[in-house]
Amino acid sequence: MTQSKKTGRKQQSPGSSALDRERLLRLYRQMLKIRLFEEQVNQLYLGAKMPGLAHLYIGQEAVAVGVCEALRRDDYITSTHRGHGHCLAKGASLDKMFAELLGKAPGYCRGKGGSMHIADQDTGNLGANAIVGGSAGIATGAAMSAKMRGSDQVAVCFFGEGALGQGLLYEEMNMASLWKLPVIYVCENNQYNEYTSYRETTAGEVAARAEAFGIHTETIDGQDVQLVHAKSLTLVERARRGKGPAFLHCNTYRFHGHHVGDVDRTYYRAKKEEEEWKSKRDPVKLFAEWLQKSEMADGKLLDQIENEIATRIKEAVNFALNAPYPELDEVGQDVYA
Amino acid sequence: MAKRTMIEAINLALKQEMEKDPRALILGEDVGKNGGVFRATQGLFDIFGETRVVDTPLSESAIIGVAIGMAVYGLRPIAEIQFEGFIYASMEQLASHAGRIRTRSRGRYHCPIVVRLPYGGGIRAPEHHSDSNEAYFVHTPGIKVVIPSTPYEAKGLLIAAIRDPDPVIFMEPKKLYRSLREEVPEEEYLIPLGQSRIVIEGTDITLITWGAMLQPTLQAATLMEKRGINPEIIDLRTLSPLDMQTVIESVEKTHKAVIVHEAPASCGVGAEVIARINEKALVHLEAPVARVAGFDTVMPLPKLEKYYLPNAERVAEAVDRVLNF
Repeated sequence: MTQSKKTGRKQQSPGSSALDRERLLRLYRQMLKIRLFEEQVNQLYLGAKMPGLAHLYIGQEAVAVGVCEALRRDDYITSTHRGHGHCLAKGASLDKMFAELLGKAPGYCRGKGGSMHIADQDTGNLGANAIVGGSAGIATGAAMSAKMRGSDQVAVCFFGEGALGQGLLYEEMNMASLWKLPVIYVCENNQYNEYTSYRETTAGEVAARAEAFGIHTETIDGQDVQLVHAKSLTLVERARRGKGPAFLHCNTYRFHGHHVGDVDRTYYRAKKEEEEWKSKRDPVKLFAEWLQKSEMADGKLLDQIENEIATRIKEAVNFALNAPYPELDEVGQDVYA
Repeated sequence: MAKRTMIEAINLALKQEMEKDPRALILGEDVGKNGGVFRATQGLFDIFGETRVVDTPLSESAIIGVAIGMAVYGLRPIAEIQFEGFIYASMEQLASHAGRIRTRSRGRYHCPIVVRLPYGGGIRAPEHHSDSNEAYFVHTPGIKVVIPSTPYEAKGLLIAAIRDPDPVIFMEPKKLYRSLREEVPEEEYLIPLGQSRIVIEGTDITLITWGAMLQPTLQAATLMEKRGINPEIIDLRTLSPLDMQTVIESVEKTHKAVIVHEAPASCGVGAEVIARINEKALVHLEAPVARVAGFDTVMPLPKLEKYYLPNAERVAEAVDRVLNF
């Protein structure tokens, strides 16, 4: 947290007021919503109620929330296979999220896409997909569209550090820089490309790759939601003013496995390392502590917030569990206009 | 003889070829320390080390690209792409380079790579994790396409694929990785590429299939036999090059045929098989050849997955349609 105290709130863009209490509590609510959502997803999966795969976002909440809270509803995001956090942070409905994950008709993809394929036009979410780096083109194109239409919308492309292995990302960053597109590439470096440390797959410095294209690049502590948020406000405003793309490299950590079934992880990362991140660098816990220490909230209020969210999640799960499956004749729906 | 699953048969084939041929190496995402997402390469990292079982970045295009380069210069790379739906990034490498090196160099270079692709549905994973796009590769000149239907077949065909002088797309039906066991010899054997096999001999109708769809087709045959119908079942095994002789001889005998595949029907390999039957044996047909296939849509999750995939009932219905034409 020392880093945030030094560089976080004080480094906001000129003109933006210090985060007021309401805004801070909203950051907390959003992070906790993702945390509790994901814990529930894990339970549903372990209880064999959820089909398919799920890649939990737990541990990375500060990135999605810090970034998305700096966006307007009509700004765009693209997401990844580990995308529940992005969707929720951008404003997705809990009911529709759970319904989709359980393959139910009221879900975002009418229960036919599942965990990795949630898109939500209402909140500017252009969609998650299972292809690593697969959204780089979509986000860059959305930014190009915003520029050509003369709107001041900004696009955020979320991806993990595994996407640094994909050539498409570099082709797109080249275009974004050449054409000064309002796109922010948010690299969530959770340290692992699936089951392999990124240090074994990624040569050189991550930031240098974006800098090579002349893209404004920052590397920050992704566990500090205030810092992520402050940086995002600056970068989003910069993009809105036509100053071109940015690359935000957030160091973070995936508390769970690559997917819910990845339980025995000792062959690729040490238990001690996991414990250190969980005990010392949990973004939700760190922020809760900060809120209390700076007297923005007391334990009672934080408990109340948690209870409210837990209740909403319970309601949403029940909604999804009781919702119908799609009809068989929907199998060919929405393939063509 | 030991009974093995398909994943065990594949693992054994890889191990034996790696022992036998020092030029052989494996590369892919998490194939080393992890042993692969489906465990196909389990234990091989410990035996052969990191120079022959190579963990790569998440770079499908680069995986196929370097495999081509290594193959051209004397190695025998065996690349794993985690799911068939992840191959699209590397289509450029496959279509523009792997399939053309031989003609481009007028036969001076060849490109003996194997690309192992877990494909198909039935494991309740949507979209990219369940794709069955064999037709893309069959449509690509210079590339061979092999799909085993049982553990025994997987071992013999994989060894033949590794030894083949051309690029081979080896598509593994992931639904069958662990769902059935059969006797698979420890010792080496080859099943030659380009030869289909008659799984069940029969006289009344020819059922043509491959990969994961052999199982529902066999179940349909059991339903039919109860009603006194004797189908002949052909497992194509290799979709490119396609062994039509076995198919044509069978159709000349039965005069009727049904094709079963899980890929979308439009421009699926079934369409090509029908075209070739029409070219060679139209006058022997007593009814139009029927197809039982997936739908022309993305693989849906999970309630509709079962509906999407051909099953014994759908095959039996198609047989009835053809018999009652």
